[in-house]
Amino acid sequence: MKKLILSFLLFLAFTVLYGQKYFTRNGYVRFFSETPVENIEAKNYQASCIVDLETGEVVSKMLMTAFQFDKALMQEHFNENYVESDKFPQAILKAKIVNLKEIDLSKSGINHVVLEADITLHGVSHHYSINGTAENQNGKIIAQSSFIVKPSDFEIKIPKAVENNIAKEVQVSVKFELEPLKSKQ
Amino acid sequence: MRKITLILLILFWGWGSNAQNIEDILNYQLKDEVKTELVPATFKSIMLINSHTTKLPDKGEWVLLISHRFGNFSSGFSDLWGLDLATIRLGIEYGLTPTTSLGFGRSTYKSNFDLFAKQLILRQSVGEKSVPMTLALLGVANITSDKWPDDGRDYLFAHRMSYTLQLLASRKFNRSISLQLMPTFVHRNLVATPADHNDILAMGVGGRVKVSNRVALTGEYHYVLPNQTAASIVNPLSLGVDIETGGHVFQLFVTNASAIYDAGFITETTSKWVNGDIRFGFNISRTF
Repeated sequence: MKKLILSFLLFLAFTVLYGQKYFTRNGYVRFFSETPVENIEAKNYQASCIVDLETGEVVSKMLMTAFQFDKALMQEHFNENYVESDKFPQAILKAKIVNLKEIDLSKSGINHVVLEADITLHGVSHHYSINGTAENQNGKIIAQSSFIVKPSDFEIKIPKAVENNIAKEVQVSVKFELEPLKSKQ
Repeated sequence: MRKITLILLILFWGWGSNAQNIEDILNYQLKDEVKTELVPATFKSIMLINSHTTKLPDKGEWVLLISHRFGNFSSGFSDLWGLDLATIRLGIEYGLTPTTSLGFGRSTYKSNFDLFAKQLILRQSVGEKSVPMTLALLGVANITSDKWPDDGRDYLFAHRMSYTLQLLASRKFNRSISLQLMPTFVHRNLVATPADHNDILAMGVGGRVKVSNRVALTGEYHYVLPNQTAASIVNPLSLGVDIETGGHVFQLFVTNASAIYDAGFITETTSKWVNGDIRFGFNISRTF
């Protein structure tokens, strides 16, 4: 019986240590819309992300209301009229690292990462192939990426009157500093 | 044997929980993260119709407001149902801090200048710190620059002044409905008749119902407490629609008030809805 309990405890320790996951709650996400009329930039410093290096799974979540704009009115319009944050408060990315085998984070150096991702925002999901990099810096994983999304991917309607103010393609930049996840239990 | 089975079950359960959706692990990590969030966009504009709202320009922002009130519909064909006549106010409001704004305006009605300050006292929020409503205090000083009548009386500069002190209490109930209460104190240094008190107390109520992301129906009414004004003075009632396009808010409405500042429309409205003495009006606001 004692042996069994011991093996059980060992098993628990094993799973906690071996299931290597990295996590952040202060990820940086920026989007940038550039048109001749005006540029719109918003930054979110509170994106959360978890990466499982065993399975290559990545999940990231952020509150739409945490995006900060230069102008308060832009932020209000973004939340009220475009992404409808009261109905759809979060953006969620669920992804799989496709080239997991090529990634070696045990040594220094930049790894190229390819994600097959589903982003859900404004109640609509859209599939993206995202290229990025990952690097081990003193035990932290620095993950960076830049990709294009379209407001139309998420059925975000843009009225004719401001059609020229909002880019058809919006640049998204991401920087996450992921730390090894310590079990909370 | 049964024990071993049990242990095995526990082990498999352990495996199961390890292989659980990492989204659940993420949610678990975030579960104690509760933040206070201010409730945004209770109103689209700094004005409800005639009244101010608890919305302020953000720090460093300017809001330019152009307001028109046409003549009464009942004026008939000769004045094209009021469209020939108009009172106008041009106003500007500046966000000094996120919770303080200053503004001034000029109305054709009584050639009035108004200077005002709006201070947020409380902001509706949800989350860790939950506050049920937004409170703001509005102070207005008015100076009429009309020529005095040639009636042999000695008029002083002080006679040009009137003041409004108003508490604005608003609550956004859900994404479409916002209501605002406006207990108001008006002081006028000079009144038209002995029946008009210098100090007037009124209670205003107003709100909006959004019908789409950019369009809302609005209404407001001010109840002047009885026996404070001459019999000809009636309470102002206004009904309208707000249309928002980018940096502009267009407000179209009908009202029985012709003055476009608080001390004027609350205490000096004489047109009655029941007689059809209502007028078309609009506000256009532009944020810079």
